[in-house]
Amino acid sequence: MKKLLTAFVGSLALITAPLAVSAEATKELKMAYDADPVTLDIHEQLSGGTLQLSHMAFDPLLRWTKDLDFEPRLAKSWERIDDNTMRFTLRKGVKFHTGNELTSKDVKFTFDRLKKSQDFKAIFKPISDLKIIDDYTFDLVTSEPYPLLLNTATYIFPMDSKFYSGKTEDGKDKSAITKHGNSFASQHLSGTGPYTVVERQQGVRMVFKRFKDYWDTNSPGNVDKIVLTPIKENNTRVSALLSGGVDFIAPVPPTDLDRIKRDPDTNLVTMSGTRIILLTMNEERVEAFKNPKVRQAIAYAVNQEGIAAKIMKGFATPAAQLSPKGYQGHNDSLKPRYDVAKAKELMKEAGYEDGFTITMMAPNNRYVNDDKIAQAVAAMLARINIKVDLKTLPKAQYWPEYDDRAADIMMIGWHADTEDSANFYEFLTMCPNKETGAGQYNAGNYCNPEIDAMVEKANVETDLDKRAALLQEVEKRLYDDAAFIPLHWQDLAWAAKKDVHIEPVLNVMNFPYLGDLVVK
Amino acid sequence: MLAFLVQRISQALLVMFVISVIAFAIQDGLGDPLQQMVGMSVSQQERDAIREELGLNDPLPVQYLRFAGNAIQGDLGDSYFYSKPTLDVILEHLPATLELVIGASLIIIVFSVPIGVYSAIRPQAWLSKFFMGVSTVGISIPVFLTAIVLIQLFSIGVTVDWFPSDTGWGQWLNGALSTDGGLPSYGRGEELTHLFGTWYSGFFSTGGLMHLILPAVSLASIMLPLFIRLIRAEMMEVLQSDYIRYARAKGLSAGRINFLHALKNTMLPVITVGGVQIGIMVAYTILTETVFQWPGVGLMFLEAITRSDIPLIVAYLMVVGLIFVITNTVVDLIYGLVNPTVKLTGKKA
Repeated sequence: MKKLLTAFVGSLALITAPLAVSAEATKELKMAYDADPVTLDIHEQLSGGTLQLSHMAFDPLLRWTKDLDFEPRLAKSWERIDDNTMRFTLRKGVKFHTGNELTSKDVKFTFDRLKKSQDFKAIFKPISDLKIIDDYTFDLVTSEPYPLLLNTATYIFPMDSKFYSGKTEDGKDKSAITKHGNSFASQHLSGTGPYTVVERQQGVRMVFKRFKDYWDTNSPGNVDKIVLTPIKENNTRVSALLSGGVDFIAPVPPTDLDRIKRDPDTNLVTMSGTRIILLTMNEERVEAFKNPKVRQAIAYAVNQEGIAAKIMKGFATPAAQLSPKGYQGHNDSLKPRYDVAKAKELMKEAGYEDGFTITMMAPNNRYVNDDKIAQAVAAMLARINIKVDLKTLPKAQYWPEYDDRAADIMMIGWHADTEDSANFYEFLTMCPNKETGAGQYNAGNYCNPEIDAMVEKANVETDLDKRAALLQEVEKRLYDDAAFIPLHWQDLAWAAKKDVHIEPVLNVMNFPYLGDLVVK
Repeated sequence: MLAFLVQRISQALLVMFVISVIAFAIQDGLGDPLQQMVGMSVSQQERDAIREELGLNDPLPVQYLRFAGNAIQGDLGDSYFYSKPTLDVILEHLPATLELVIGASLIIIVFSVPIGVYSAIRPQAWLSKFFMGVSTVGISIPVFLTAIVLIQLFSIGVTVDWFPSDTGWGQWLNGALSTDGGLPSYGRGEELTHLFGTWYSGFFSTGGLMHLILPAVSLASIMLPLFIRLIRAEMMEVLQSDYIRYARAKGLSAGRINFLHALKNTMLPVITVGGVQIGIMVAYTILTETVFQWPGVGLMFLEAITRSDIPLIVAYLMVVGLIFVITNTVVDLIYGLVNPTVKLTGKKA
């Protein structure tokens, strides 16, 4: 495999050698993530690792900026032609790693492949078609007005259609997406991105080399070679940075933040994240949870600020709603409402003064300090006479339990793939519906058709101000109804040697734009 | 001899059969492999389709028979994560583990024999007492703690400023207690030499050896004290025996008595224990490899568990079972060579 790739890249170098004129990239970066990409096929699995790889070896049509705005990449510009159509113009002269030139055909190929991908097809469902107008112009067509068209377009990383078409030597289709098999695309890659993959030993290391013919000659990036080592163990990853073995690590465990801050040679960057951690209250399993007063009592009993300060050591932003700041649905008026006296009063009003006993489950290796948070919540609920029988499990065992709704209160963390509030409601608070897939992770079985109707309405509202008002109203009503117990948005943290200027390339989505990374 | 081997091979098959059945029986408790394969937002229908495709919906006995049928032909299935045959994955990771175990074993042999012998010959010397004290401490510190301390000391480095730096002795003490660090703290490095097949070795380059030092020392730290104490105890017993007294009476030199006559008989039980311990060490590497991100089978196995990569877990357990049977067999063979009075198959002499 290694040989094959090297040979492939070698031939590439031959093709592109005479053209090498782009910015001088001479630096080497050694970095350690907690995991390496599972596959080279960017449509095989929708995960953070896949997107990080996508931004290194491919380029999207457009991408998010730090302030959650859009920035043109392979698409030079776009305009709305009518309610259901957006027209994109491609940049000219963009080369793939193979030397092929990017045209609308490649975008169409990629779009069709996304529609087939088990992980991505849900995101692309609202977009019905991609129509090629000419080599550098195409239309994205939706069946009804769709406000999140541009959000979705950030997931289109054009793939080299010539490279991925045809048959392999043993007769397999090169474009096939296989979840658990040795497909062509999972082992070979050709994109337009700043880096080519020159070596890959899964789980051991991955070596990237700057693409000589990279189209973005304005990019300040000066890193020529990146060696990515997956280091799963938190302590080892931090040690590797402190000892100088690597220059850049992510994520940084909260327990080591101080240690890194104290080190004079390293820089720590933290950001409030967008992944909400919350608890569901299962109304089907527990009669009392059907009573909004009981749910509110629990909401008043849980001290989000305490958890963020004491257990998360300030490494989290306390939450009273699903949407983080910057999202359309974020409602500034909603604040955490910790008040034990009020909670007791509500329990009394609901007729549960003496409390009751419930079960609770949480993972113990999925989110930061997940098991400790669960223990703290159990202790907080004990103060309003709710006895919690808590069980924490490793994530591999936890998710099947979650799918079975095996406990009365369950913990889940959610990040909106669309970077939009509606995604939270669709998966976490809509009335569960097996046919449409709505409320797939709504383990509380909370169901309010009125709120659902508002979300549906927002989903076809292209006037962004009106849409934001709708979504904020949804957030408010979920809060008043205490549909779930939000805890916090987990912070993100990266650390690097002082001469590695990571800050400008980092973002809240946690896919660093390493192509633009500057090392002094 | 032949009968002995046949007996051992059938034993190995039985062990592997039992392991595979147990591994299969507990796989439900290992979690759902699908969770690791799909994004959170993938719908239930899609999940069901993949599950069907993987054959995960079949009853366990059906799955086991399918697995066993392939296993007899040498195919232990494909790993979900690596999308490759599990045996290939294990073979890719095995050399790293073997080199780690070899490195640790070398450290153990080089240090345990002289220290053990010395403290047996001079049990009252302060140096012996020191070694015994250190080994008691060593045996009771868990390997990951040793590893973390080693990394802090020799990889990151520590600066000590407890003593007044305006005095000569203070400066000297500060300097003596501070360390520079600099040793690699993770992985095997880039300077690996290709030997054959999947074996890339770190033994033939400075970089490779440097990467090996800390992991091998931490792994050895568990077994070394055990071996020192074992050799010491055995040696002291042998030194009391009649033939040693006779040798002394005969006027043989102390060196000849200690190292030729006594040591030989001391090593017999040490070899037996050593063989078994090397098998156990392969298991201990799980901890060491995790701390040092050493890309061996231990780390691979641990990650396979967190990913519910069931085919890889089953294959790993079977391979480890096989390794245990093989090391035991080899130990028995060596034992037979060292001590010809032992009969392998237990038949009457």
